[in-house]
Amino acid sequence: MAKQYETVIGLEVHVELATKTKIFCGCSTEFGGAPNTHTCPVCTGMPGSLPVLNKQVVEYAMAIGLAANCEITKICKFDRKNYFYPDNPQNYQISQLYLPIARNGYIEIESSTGRKKVRIHEMHMEEDAGKLVHDEWDDTSLVDYNRSGVPLVEIVSEPDMRSAEDVISYLEKLRMMIQYLGASDCKLQEGSMRADVNLSVREAGSEELGTRTEMKNLNSFKAIARAIEAERERQIELLEAGKPVIQETRRWDDNKEHSYAMRSKEDAKDYRYFPEPDLVPIVISDVWIADIKARQPELRSEKLERYKKEFDIPQYDAEIITESKKMADIFEAAASVCGKPKKVSNWLMVETLRLLKENSMEPEDIRFSPENLAKLVNLTEAGTINSSVAKEVFEKIFAENIDPETYVEKNGLKTINDEGALKTVIDKVVKDNPKSVEDYKSGKEKAIGYLVGQSMKAMKGKADPGLVNKMLREILA
Amino acid sequence: MCKKVSEETIEYVGILAKLELSEAEKETAREDMEKMLDYIDTLNELDTSGIEPMSHVFPVNNVFREDVVTNGDSKEEILANAPKRKNDSFEVPKTIV
Repeated sequence: MAKQYETVIGLEVHVELATKTKIFCGCSTEFGGAPNTHTCPVCTGMPGSLPVLNKQVVEYAMAIGLAANCEITKICKFDRKNYFYPDNPQNYQISQLYLPIARNGYIEIESSTGRKKVRIHEMHMEEDAGKLVHDEWDDTSLVDYNRSGVPLVEIVSEPDMRSAEDVISYLEKLRMMIQYLGASDCKLQEGSMRADVNLSVREAGSEELGTRTEMKNLNSFKAIARAIEAERERQIELLEAGKPVIQETRRWDDNKEHSYAMRSKEDAKDYRYFPEPDLVPIVISDVWIADIKARQPELRSEKLERYKKEFDIPQYDAEIITESKKMADIFEAAASVCGKPKKVSNWLMVETLRLLKENSMEPEDIRFSPENLAKLVNLTEAGTINSSVAKEVFEKIFAENIDPETYVEKNGLKTINDEGALKTVIDKVVKDNPKSVEDYKSGKEKAIGYLVGQSMKAMKGKADPGLVNKMLREILA
Repeated sequence: MCKKVSEETIEYVGILAKLELSEAEKETAREDMEKMLDYIDTLNELDTSGIEPMSHVFPVNNVFREDVVTNGDSKEEILANAPKRKNDSFEVPKTIV
């Protein structure tokens, strides 16, 4: 019988914090500035410059640590991690090795094998590096230091995951938690959340860990799942052939669905960490921790319960809506404005999710205002527009955040409820379609549908189909 | 007492520091390093059990900045330090890991 293997996975997740300024200087962290316009002597490593810690970074890191059930390190310090690479002009990254801000936590995940805890080994604060652009034609690289010094929190898990499903579940849980805290927008594609996967395999039942590899360059949940499958297969093949797995860092190429060795342990970097002399220790009091806890925003499970009670929406709706902080914010604001929570929830769960999927967008990319959604709900409920017109208008709201009241007015989309005008149209449809009329009269119920359709078409969709149906039946009776 | 630093250690430390050392320089570095290690051995004779390691000289902690943008665009001053520049970026020899 073929051997059974178990996959053992631990993750290192980097999250870019949502501060306005960098970790050690007053430069903006705004995304997409022209090269080197958000730089100063501190974040370009000029001799004699002095880093000063951004308090908000510590508070976000504490908030994430507390939400992940960690112990906060009461006296914590920064260390220098030395390496030479042009993305970091100081030749060292300021990070934390010996006394990271948070330790020994866990996150509870759910997968097909049930609920389980993934333990957090530690979380630390550090600075991001600059961006290197490699010139295709020239023998040079160009460096932009706008990202240099942007604050990161690195979250290191224990090797408690056993499948790609576990990993995705852990990442989704972590992302949702951090988004709810407002500590980061956690977008994988844009790199504000990055995950490195440490993976090894061992024979089922074995207690000992196999040799692990570290996989980098994973930019989506799908890429992560594919990379895990491929790496598991690769390691099992090696073991079956009696070859050793080499401890190394590998780079995943999602287009080729293949990974390449970047560096092996022999030339693994010796970072020569030592205490950062330019930054004084951080002493965290119980009062400060209690204050962060008290300011902790409502997390998902609390919000879910509150929505069910306060807005009287079903469990299913509340689950879907609270899956994203952005979606929950829109729901709450729109429901408060129009007072029809279930209607708002329907628009979010059906049309919004459909359009997000069609445009490969995340809920965080939603740009329309809750006020415009609330107005649309009111227009539909008042019978001012019918449901098919409403869908059309919603697509406009989704794409351009238009004001539905003005839009409906300007484009003459109001439902015509004037029975006199409707009767003229219906009379004409009845006259032009004697065959269908005869079919209906001889008992073919379906024929009425065709006549309603023709009437709606003649009204350019701006009638209430229910009313048209009712009037047709009266005329044909 | 004299600590022995091996040829390989000198070679490795040189690689880490990105230094190319001549044979004579390696020898000097080795002598210096051995002296330093001897000195550390002297320090090790002290009993430091129960004493917090000191990372900073001054008894100061919790020095913070508020999260407010204070720096504007000083691209020109910063790029003035670049050995070479291109497209408002620092130009460096091609580096790919």
